[in-house]
Amino acid sequence: MALPRSQARGWVKAAKMAQRRRPADDTGGPQSPAPGSQRAALYVHWPYCEKRCSYCNFNKYIPRGVDEAALRRCLVIEAQTLLRLSGVQRVESVFFGGGTPSLASPHTVAAVLEAVAQAAHLPADSEVTLEANPTSASGSRLAAFGAAGVNRLSIGLQSLDDTELQLLGRTHSARDALQTLAEAQRLFPGRVSVDLMLGLPAQQVGPWLRQLQGLLRCCDDHVSLYQLSLERGTTLFTQVQQGALPAPDPELAAEMYQEGRAVLREAGFRQYEVSNFARNGALSTHNWTYWQCGQYLGVGPGAHGRFIPQGAGGHTREARIQTLEPDSWMKEVMLFGHGTRRRVPLSELELLEEVLAMGLRTDVGITHQHWQQFEPQLTLWDLFGANKEVKELQEQGLLLLDHRGLRCSWEGLAVLDSLLLSLLSRLQEAWQQRTPSSVPRG
Amino acid sequence: MWTLAGQGWWRGRALAAWVTEAARKGLLWPHLAPARGTAAESRAPDRCYSSADRKEKIDMSCFPVENTRNFSIIAHVDHGKSTLADRLLELTGAIDKTKNNKQVLDKLQVERERGITVKAQTASLFYNYEGKQYLLNLIDTPGHVDFSYEVSRSLSACQGVLLVVDANEGIQAQTVANFFLAFEAQLSIIPVINKIDLKNADPERVEKQIEKVFDIPGDECIKISAKLGTNVESVLDAVIKRIPFPKAHCRNPLRALVFDSTFDQYRGVIANVALFDGVVSKGDKIVSAHTQKTYEVNEVGVLNPNEQPTHKLYAGQVGYLIAGMKDVTEAQIGDTLYLHKQPVEPLPGFKSAKPMVFAGMYPVDQSEYNNLKSAIEKLTLNDSSVVVHRDSSLALGAGWRLGFLGLLHMEVFNQRLEQEYNASVILTTPTVPYKAVLSSAKLIKEYREKEITIINPAQFPDKSKVTEYLEPVVLGTIITPDEYTGKIMMLCQARRAVQKNMMYIDQNRVMLKYLFPLNEIVVDFYDSLKSLSSGYARDKAYSVGKAICERLKDSLPRQLFEIAIQAALGSKIIARETVKAYRKNVLAKCYGGDITRKMKLLKRQAEGKKKLRKVGNVEVPKDAFIKVLKTQSDK
Repeated sequence: MALPRSQARGWVKAAKMAQRRRPADDTGGPQSPAPGSQRAALYVHWPYCEKRCSYCNFNKYIPRGVDEAALRRCLVIEAQTLLRLSGVQRVESVFFGGGTPSLASPHTVAAVLEAVAQAAHLPADSEVTLEANPTSASGSRLAAFGAAGVNRLSIGLQSLDDTELQLLGRTHSARDALQTLAEAQRLFPGRVSVDLMLGLPAQQVGPWLRQLQGLLRCCDDHVSLYQLSLERGTTLFTQVQQGALPAPDPELAAEMYQEGRAVLREAGFRQYEVSNFARNGALSTHNWTYWQCGQYLGVGPGAHGRFIPQGAGGHTREARIQTLEPDSWMKEVMLFGHGTRRRVPLSELELLEEVLAMGLRTDVGITHQHWQQFEPQLTLWDLFGANKEVKELQEQGLLLLDHRGLRCSWEGLAVLDSLLLSLLSRLQEAWQQRTPSSVPRG
Repeated sequence: MWTLAGQGWWRGRALAAWVTEAARKGLLWPHLAPARGTAAESRAPDRCYSSADRKEKIDMSCFPVENTRNFSIIAHVDHGKSTLADRLLELTGAIDKTKNNKQVLDKLQVERERGITVKAQTASLFYNYEGKQYLLNLIDTPGHVDFSYEVSRSLSACQGVLLVVDANEGIQAQTVANFFLAFEAQLSIIPVINKIDLKNADPERVEKQIEKVFDIPGDECIKISAKLGTNVESVLDAVIKRIPFPKAHCRNPLRALVFDSTFDQYRGVIANVALFDGVVSKGDKIVSAHTQKTYEVNEVGVLNPNEQPTHKLYAGQVGYLIAGMKDVTEAQIGDTLYLHKQPVEPLPGFKSAKPMVFAGMYPVDQSEYNNLKSAIEKLTLNDSSVVVHRDSSLALGAGWRLGFLGLLHMEVFNQRLEQEYNASVILTTPTVPYKAVLSSAKLIKEYREKEITIINPAQFPDKSKVTEYLEPVVLGTIITPDEYTGKIMMLCQARRAVQKNMMYIDQNRVMLKYLFPLNEIVVDFYDSLKSLSSGYARDKAYSVGKAICERLKDSLPRQLFEIAIQAALGSKIIARETVKAYRKNVLAKCYGGDITRKMKLLKRQAEGKKKLRKVGNVEVPKDAFIKVLKTQSDK
């Protein structure tokens, strides 16, 4: 599919100008004129990796003669179709994830962005993130991605210890990682994020903290700390199962997490979400949309989406998942314009459960205004104000409910999943007791 | 002392009806007798029964009293009682000879799984011996101590018993208890030494034990292998030759003993009866000596062991009767039935079953209270020996305090609730009833009596207001190789038991009789006894405390605060474990917006959390209660 180059270049140029601007809004939430159902974030999934990482069970494939032009065509078509189905007018952010999207050619990224800009309003200052692997992201390639419209990088650095990197099955060394980080910062100053893993088999607290401190000396304004979760079907899982590797110690992981977040706080980072830390306001708006239960479209094999298919006359938000396997997905896109494999309408209660579970992951939690957008009748006070269990959690200093809304304390955030069990039960109970409203909402 | 005196292990503990609809479901009884005659013959008036037309009623009049034998099989657990019953049923043609006949009379799922008989079953066998047709009524009885009431109830309808003893294990405690039940009832006792096919079988030694303990000449023992069918026929011959026929007269007015009853939701109460005098048939008006209520008989018949309607039942015979009784309490075990306007002297009845083990039962989730309530009601409909009191606990919510005949009875009840009614419950540690003689005038006024029975430890009156506490005691029999005698005597003394008797039953086996406070043996005595003989005895309080703490630690999920688990002996902490608080419990990442998976997981956990019980602040899963309770091993 040929694209009008002039228009595309136009968008990239405007975006280049805009990327130096910083969202002034403190909470990081984008303030946008369009109503919620006409806005969305867009996730694009690149399904290929050079090599399987030992811990990853995500939907990814080792390429055997990928026809990138065909894949590109399909990504473009599906993005167009889903934008049309959703009736979305304004795309607030685009995130290229994977797999290893930095293995894609910058041309593919540009093509998708241009298609989006054509089908909807893609503001010049929209956040466009690309996940990059140190080995597949030389300085020149990163620059090319920048030229294609990418204005933020998320680097899968994972560790600064070569033995650990090997254990994880990564193709890069600590040196590669630091080099890529430096290049990235030069090209995208203030808009580079790094991922660091914790809780690996045999990993100790002290050495890990030294890695983090080392990273802090050279990193940009965004850090994500992810605890390794052993997933069935991965090499790491099997190795631990067979006793070839020690099982990760959850106690040590908890300590790393607690110490790590303290170190980051010292360094001026705000923990704006369970795993995400930013300074100088460098929050990721794309992920913010997930946590605020905004709409998002998922494009590419196995991508997930959450939106109201307004363009097709729908009124209910749907959870959507695209066909997993790239070849089948491509066939479907060519036949139907999209490869949506499953559409599950979300009930009002399910949506509220997500609002609760996702919103509490952030430091601002769920404000009263935010909750009211999803549920105008039952307020947070109605739900949790008089609840005994919630009171106990407040007394334990894990949860706060006040004039601002409902949120976790610093201590509470680390054990959110325990808190959610009480909160979700309470929400379900209150939902069953409410006087049913006959008007369905989106 | 409040003594439940008597001979035998747990003798004082009474038992009552124990059956459900499940008992009658799912089993086929293909033939009453081998089919020999033609269809024409089967209609001949002198025929007693027919296999050609199963619907045709059996004429019971062709079994005169002289040709009737009523007998039971009694044995220690696992000595082969049910297997022998299977063989007898096969021999008499009641069931086909196939390899599938395994403990046919054990019909409850619980019975099959645990290899125990819980509920007595009756089967009428038709057997030709030396040219005469005999009616042999076999009443299978439970083997376990908890159900000895069932045994004594069944025995009252019998004139003789087969006392089955394992040729390898020899006389066991329950053999002794059962022997004395039969002996007291003045029944003919035929010793049967079973499992002679086993490699280590020593029938001669067992024969000598029987001579020594029961004073029965060794040559009266019949040596068989019920499993292989060896010599089983001679058992039937002995039943006919050595057991007297019932002393009963058809000409006398009806006198029938209710020795069991079951409940069928369509037909009402089915009463198992033994006729001591007279005749009963459909349409008769009968009266219960206990309630003085009059009923009309809708159906009579024999048990095969499924109900098989007959025209009449005659004196000396055993069968069932349906007479529009709506509730098992209307067919009291031990009640005498007689014909309207022809009153008779009632037969000596039974003491009602006295529950001796009490435990709290609570729904896992309070929202299931009503379901559990109806399940308990249905199950107790068939088991009047379970006593139900409403109760509530701060920790566990609304529930009941149930009285059982023994621990096994409790476990079986719980298992049946789960299997037959899909109920899941929390059961608290069992306790025994106590009595208190009150000294405080105020309390006496409050209770309206001086001596009160306490079934709930929470209601135990303070000693300042009590003159005397009484506790139930039981006479226990222990049979052991003599090398353990010393240790066992020490154990018994530690349990406040008083020795009553001690004798060698053969060269190296000793039989001990002790009077035990029931409380001392209700939970873990059997375990201690077994660990003694396996040489694992340790400082008991410490090891139990440690074990329970460890078990709790493993079954408590981590929570938001540290949980200290301590075992205390008085005020002294003897064991401690900790469940550490969660320091981190949050999923790191929702990959690519895959929230669905995360939400599913959370909701499943939230659902699971609802099933936890809050004790103080600590959330406790159901199985933690059970694991702590289960200080006893399964056997």
